[in-house]
Amino acid sequence: MNSKIKKAGRHTSQNEGLIFEKSSAGKRAFELPPLDVPSVDAATSLGAHHRRHGVEHFPEVSEIEVLRHFTRLSTWNYAIDLGMYPLGSCTMKYNPRVNEFVARLEGLATEHPYQPQELSQGCLRILHLLEKCLLEITGMDSITLQPAAGAQGELTGLLLIRAYLEKQGNARKKVLIPDSAHGTNPATAVIAGYEVENIKSESHGQIDVEKLRELVTEDVAALMVTNPSTLGIFEQRIPEIAEILHSKGALLYMDGANMNALTGITRPGDFGVDVMHLNLHKTFSTPHGGGGPGTGPVAMKKILEPFRPVPVLLEKEGGRLALDSNRPDSIGRVKAFVGNFGLLVRALAYILAYGPGVREATEDAVINANYIRKRLDGVFELPYSLPSMHEVVFSDAIQKKNGVNTMDIAKRLIDYGFHPYTTAFPLIVPGALMIEPTESESKEECDLFIDAMKAIAQEAAENPTLVKTAPHTTRVRRLDEVGAARKPILRWKPSDKPEGDLHHAKKTPHPEATPTV
Amino acid sequence: MRYLPKSPAEREEMLAAIGVTTAEELFSSIPERYRLKKPLDLPGPMSEAEVIGYFKERAAENSTGYTSFLGAGVYNHLRSVVTDVVIQRGEFLTSYTPYQAEITQGTLQAIFEFQTLMCQLTGQEVANASMYDGSTATTEAVLMAERLTDRQRVLVARSLHPEYRHVLRTYARNCGLRIEEIPYAPDGTMDRKALQAALGDDVAAVVVQSPNFFGVIESAPELAHAVHASGALLVVAITEGVSLGLLKPPAEADIVAMEGQSFGLPPSYGGPFVGVIASREKFVRQLPGRLAGETTDTEGRRGFVLTLATREQHIRREKATSNICTNQALCALAATVHLSLLGKEGLREMAHQNLSKASFALAELEKIPGVRRAFAAPFFNEFTVELPRSVKLVNAQLLKEKIIGPFVLGTAYPELTKHALVCVTETTSRAQIGHFAAALRRVLEQPL
Repeated sequence: MNSKIKKAGRHTSQNEGLIFEKSSAGKRAFELPPLDVPSVDAATSLGAHHRRHGVEHFPEVSEIEVLRHFTRLSTWNYAIDLGMYPLGSCTMKYNPRVNEFVARLEGLATEHPYQPQELSQGCLRILHLLEKCLLEITGMDSITLQPAAGAQGELTGLLLIRAYLEKQGNARKKVLIPDSAHGTNPATAVIAGYEVENIKSESHGQIDVEKLRELVTEDVAALMVTNPSTLGIFEQRIPEIAEILHSKGALLYMDGANMNALTGITRPGDFGVDVMHLNLHKTFSTPHGGGGPGTGPVAMKKILEPFRPVPVLLEKEGGRLALDSNRPDSIGRVKAFVGNFGLLVRALAYILAYGPGVREATEDAVINANYIRKRLDGVFELPYSLPSMHEVVFSDAIQKKNGVNTMDIAKRLIDYGFHPYTTAFPLIVPGALMIEPTESESKEECDLFIDAMKAIAQEAAENPTLVKTAPHTTRVRRLDEVGAARKPILRWKPSDKPEGDLHHAKKTPHPEATPTV
Repeated sequence: MRYLPKSPAEREEMLAAIGVTTAEELFSSIPERYRLKKPLDLPGPMSEAEVIGYFKERAAENSTGYTSFLGAGVYNHLRSVVTDVVIQRGEFLTSYTPYQAEITQGTLQAIFEFQTLMCQLTGQEVANASMYDGSTATTEAVLMAERLTDRQRVLVARSLHPEYRHVLRTYARNCGLRIEEIPYAPDGTMDRKALQAALGDDVAAVVVQSPNFFGVIESAPELAHAVHASGALLVVAITEGVSLGLLKPPAEADIVAMEGQSFGLPPSYGGPFVGVIASREKFVRQLPGRLAGETTDTEGRRGFVLTLATREQHIRREKATSNICTNQALCALAATVHLSLLGKEGLREMAHQNLSKASFALAELEKIPGVRRAFAAPFFNEFTVELPRSVKLVNAQLLKEKIIGPFVLGTAYPELTKHALVCVTETTSRAQIGHFAAALRRVLEQPL
């Protein structure tokens, strides 16, 4: 490794088996207070045929072993708390710890969704203020906080569109989706009962407006557009796109995954969007937690308001807030209860910390992406030249000449102390390197990243094997994903318990491992 | 701003390197007339202390100081502080979906352990890395059954959680599914005769909850027999996972959909929780969502990866088994830590305490004139009682005694306005049960 690279050193980590492999009958890590009522006989009260004598092979370990087990596992993870995590389209920004603190307060974490509304005014006021803030940020008229994640927000949005069109007599057949879109968009459209028609991007990576004009017919219910697109580029003709759709009675859905580029700068409600979702785990800093939980509120124009999922939040006289489920035109309910409340608390805490200054976060995110773009342009190929916003997409075309692809570069980046960027997405860029630094990175961290990327480019030219066999410093090397899928082992079983050294028990090296993202 | 790591000089330096003088220039691709001319009208900025202050004020407007007898899909259970310590480690909290396996082995192994625990609990062969919650897991189970059977009729017990049924109807409407509800029998279980009459060779799935929404335990083996005879799949939904510490798992079911909130997650006004979907190995390619699998690295060491991704939206797009992408990973981790702490004996003991306390509470309530047990079938930690008057009115009186009364079944079942669903867990003390019984007696002694 280039000796000037300051960021990473070799990480030592301890071996650790599965929790089940540490189990020994009779150990326990949790004790309950003594039972203060008469003990019942389970067989009598449940019926002998229902009764179970404990869960077979459940772990039996002590408290220190549990804590140590999961702490050791944690040391095998990379995280925002350790350094830059430039996954494009994922907005891996700092997750403020005060958000975690307030979500756990007694009186918030302890509240039951069915408790009387007069004893829930605090919860409801939090939801109410968050609704107001998100409406101000998006420029929309109405909102639902219920959806559990971005994909569920998409579904909610399409169901709103469907209900609106149905009310007018025709739900229509198709949803248009650009080829640069996230995979959830087409998957969602199908669940909403629509056929998917893909639109190819034009040569600058933007939606082909002329093509769109041809495609939008009375059969089209909506266009789902990500803005900025997954190339990190603002769809400059978006107002015109909205007009084309509206002229045929179709609606414009915006995937708000990239709202971190727009917050405080421009508002989708102002440029023609009818309905959109927000990923609070992206733009609004709720932690990704290794893959969730998320939240996907859906903001909409007035025409869609009657169809919102129940319950909806209403302000009654005297400022009292209430949840109302009596909404005859509602699409129904997309999950139980009001939504992922604990995360809504965190998102509001984030917004309150910034206030109107949230614009500054957006600016810094865009500065970081453009700074990286400027300094790596030429080292890596830039397939689309339009201005970048919060993320920049390069391709591996230069490195490909030496047989090094985006995945190899990504894996080598791990050795330099960074999480990889998003690889091989968007699909319209062959060998994409999709880099989203977010506003949470200092100039120093951006510079270290740039140095690492340049060093890898040099290695790709001079010693491609070094890059192609990376990572070299991690606890495990590239893993056999083909084998994992061919013969899936999806759970531990008692007979699987290996003897001797747990981590060297299976010596079946697989040189042709082909990781994917 | 404390979250932003740039000094004004560094910002200037970076702008200069980019070749612009102001940040505004970087937004030139947004048509000028759509760029905001004034700051957003948002509250704040707030210091950390002010943020805490705001939320403490809101917390004080809620139910602190009241004793609750609510369950109905969300349960109060003891949780070790260790769970929160683990899930607040930045390495877990601030990590992404483990697509880069070499540097996310911690998350991946924890998911593998979660999948194993869920299989052990439910008696099923495979479980995924989590769904949003019990309601969407149940819905996804039905969609999965539709794919497996290529049939479109679905029979759903009326004793399935009302909100789960509502979510299912919302999803099913545009997928060509026909949902029919099967009534409950006088003992509170699903009406077998009605089920038998409704079954046919066009039924994809029968969905039953156990313990059901009235708290009553259903018998999966008997139901499976009838359901399988018609070629349909049996989906068992579970809202109270702790029951599995003492109840035989629904191993006869084809798909189990469970809410995992009881495993270490606070009620949090309805979320975030963790949905579980578990099934038979032969159906694994129709499972929705992420799966972690064991494999080896290039040097033969054991490791874990996300696997069978060809079911998922990021590969299959419109042909995926589900649109789910983000799931509830951190909540699944909390459940994994919590269940590892409880262990075999802890879970069994917790379940036994729930059963004992609920049985005690029922006996105390039955001593009150006019209060009677509504359903004869066995229950776990929730039971239904019929009161001599409207539960809504009774609950309004109980509030004055700092008691949040039982769930009003009439809100979801118009025929049950005098029926109350009482939940008692290991967190409810004998004294609280006594206070509740005494208060209820007083309320019922008052003239209407």
